[in-house]
Amino acid sequence: MASSETIHADAPVSTINPEDLQGRIVHFPASQPLQMDAGPIIAPLTIAYQTYGELNNARSNAILLCHALTGDQHAANVHPTTGKPGWWQTMVGPGKPIDTDRYFVICSNVVGGCMGTTGPMSINPATGKSYGLDLPVVTIRDMVRAQAMLIDYLGIDQLFCVAGGSMGGMQVLQWVASYPERVFAAMPIATAARHSSQNIAFGEVGRQSVMADPDWRGGRYLDFGVRPQKGLAVARMAAHITYLSEDVLQHKFGRKYQDREKPTFSFDADFQIESYLRHQGSTFVERFDANSYLYMTRAMDYFDLAADYGGVLANAFRGAKTRFCVTSFTSDWLFPTVNSRAVVHALNASGASVSFVEIETDRGHDAFLLNVPELFATSRGFLEAAARARGIAVRTAA
Amino acid sequence: MTAATATAASLTGIDEQTLPRSARLDHLLIAGLVERNTRVLDVGCGDGALLRLLTEQRGVDGRGIELSKEGVNDCVAKGLSVIQGDADTDLADYPDDSFDYVILSQTIQATRHPKIVLEHMLRVGRRAVVSFPNFGHWKLRLQLLFQGRMPMTGILSNPWYDTPNIHFCTIRDFVGLVDEIGVKIERADALNKMGAPLGFTAPWWVWNMFGEQAVFLLKRKD
Repeated sequence: MASSETIHADAPVSTINPEDLQGRIVHFPASQPLQMDAGPIIAPLTIAYQTYGELNNARSNAILLCHALTGDQHAANVHPTTGKPGWWQTMVGPGKPIDTDRYFVICSNVVGGCMGTTGPMSINPATGKSYGLDLPVVTIRDMVRAQAMLIDYLGIDQLFCVAGGSMGGMQVLQWVASYPERVFAAMPIATAARHSSQNIAFGEVGRQSVMADPDWRGGRYLDFGVRPQKGLAVARMAAHITYLSEDVLQHKFGRKYQDREKPTFSFDADFQIESYLRHQGSTFVERFDANSYLYMTRAMDYFDLAADYGGVLANAFRGAKTRFCVTSFTSDWLFPTVNSRAVVHALNASGASVSFVEIETDRGHDAFLLNVPELFATSRGFLEAAARARGIAVRTAA
Repeated sequence: MTAATATAASLTGIDEQTLPRSARLDHLLIAGLVERNTRVLDVGCGDGALLRLLTEQRGVDGRGIELSKEGVNDCVAKGLSVIQGDADTDLADYPDDSFDYVILSQTIQATRHPKIVLEHMLRVGRRAVVSFPNFGHWKLRLQLLFQGRMPMTGILSNPWYDTPNIHFCTIRDFVGLVDEIGVKIERADALNKMGAPLGFTAPWWVWNMFGEQAVFLLKRKD
């Protein structure tokens, strides 16, 4: 049985305080290892998670949120490090599409992350020092396997819904492939069943940038009390461009100068876009671990769901009764609509129940995190219809 | 419920008491052509009214394709499984025999390649149901004859330069296409403006003159 520092296994999960910024932690002892795709196990395993809302008596109203590359478990509360709203606070909360008055919402930090779940910063029991690169390479399926351990621990047989965007959407697809009977509804957003060559290329640029920083020290930087902040910041700057669109960059920044009337003829951040990217880079390194960034990007690179099923994506969903709502965005060039359509085609071929909408927006890949009313309308409609089918009552205010 | 709806419902064996008040007559007729508990794909399903009728009244496992985002959102909110897509391009992605019926309701005239769409429908499904406005109706003929202008009616209310309906056909034209493709007509009905069947059997030329719409049930020749 897993033990927990912050709650006891027999405590009702409904007593969880969603404003608890420390987050919730569960420790799985060495007797409950996490088997990794790469071969080794991780034991013991720690999972840090947040919950919002209350689990109903039938335990049928749980929604698992899967976070993206640089997200974490703080989906719908003020982030303890940055003081900013949670990454999906637009979507999740009382009266929001993922309505915490109605659903019990769970979000855990993925394996390999850096916000409390076992990752490269965690202590390797074999050495007494941080894992660094000794942590086995993590796959999307490993992340999902760990989430399933958490869901078991919370006493939930079937999730009402699994939802997430980007890397989170990959986990959603993997959830249905791995545990079809445990997912009633699935909302993969702005994602793909496999990482494209171009995206692997971007991932590699980010990793090489981290590794080129002298402070990276072969991944052992924590032993030296330093961090490869410059390398990680550059990785973030490059990646951030891929989350936006040319239109939104042009509209927001154009060729405008930053706090100056004319160019300085130097390599200062003359342009607003340069200043903006530098800011994105420098704030990111305050909350994210460089090795974790390597692991997360690698997990996405290795994701190719069809490859696990004889190269036929439809076979990954064969027999699944899960109802899907797939969403993509017109200006997303990192996970373009063609990726979502490939998922939809496979779901159709497997006879699964699937809805699909491509949402018109100029906000690029990041649109899934932003205030995009069409996304909310689609998600709300899908969840409400699914909740009726699942028999989840509308909760009246107490 | 109007008398006409009751007639259509009784014709099709649908329980009148549980019908939504707003059910369209042509939808009721189509619902009557679809056997219970089958798999149905509704191409161009709009706001999902027909798909919902089929799900609730015939217990079908229904799926839809709809071009407009608004339509898809309406359907998703009804709990229907609908993907945003285009009959012309997306039917090709469905495997053979994945449905018992593929329905194209009031949409064939808006497709770019009606023949290819129809062929795909009868590849994906064992049967196809197609309804369309009849461009051979006498009122349209008279409008063209006497006014010399592209006809417009209640059903066909768009001017020629601003219409999604780029491939109008008459009932005779459609029968010709069906013959060319080589599929079997299991049933055909000519409907009045309200969508009620004319209710008599007659030669094609009579239907072609007096039917404002038509509904065909087609079956692949084995």
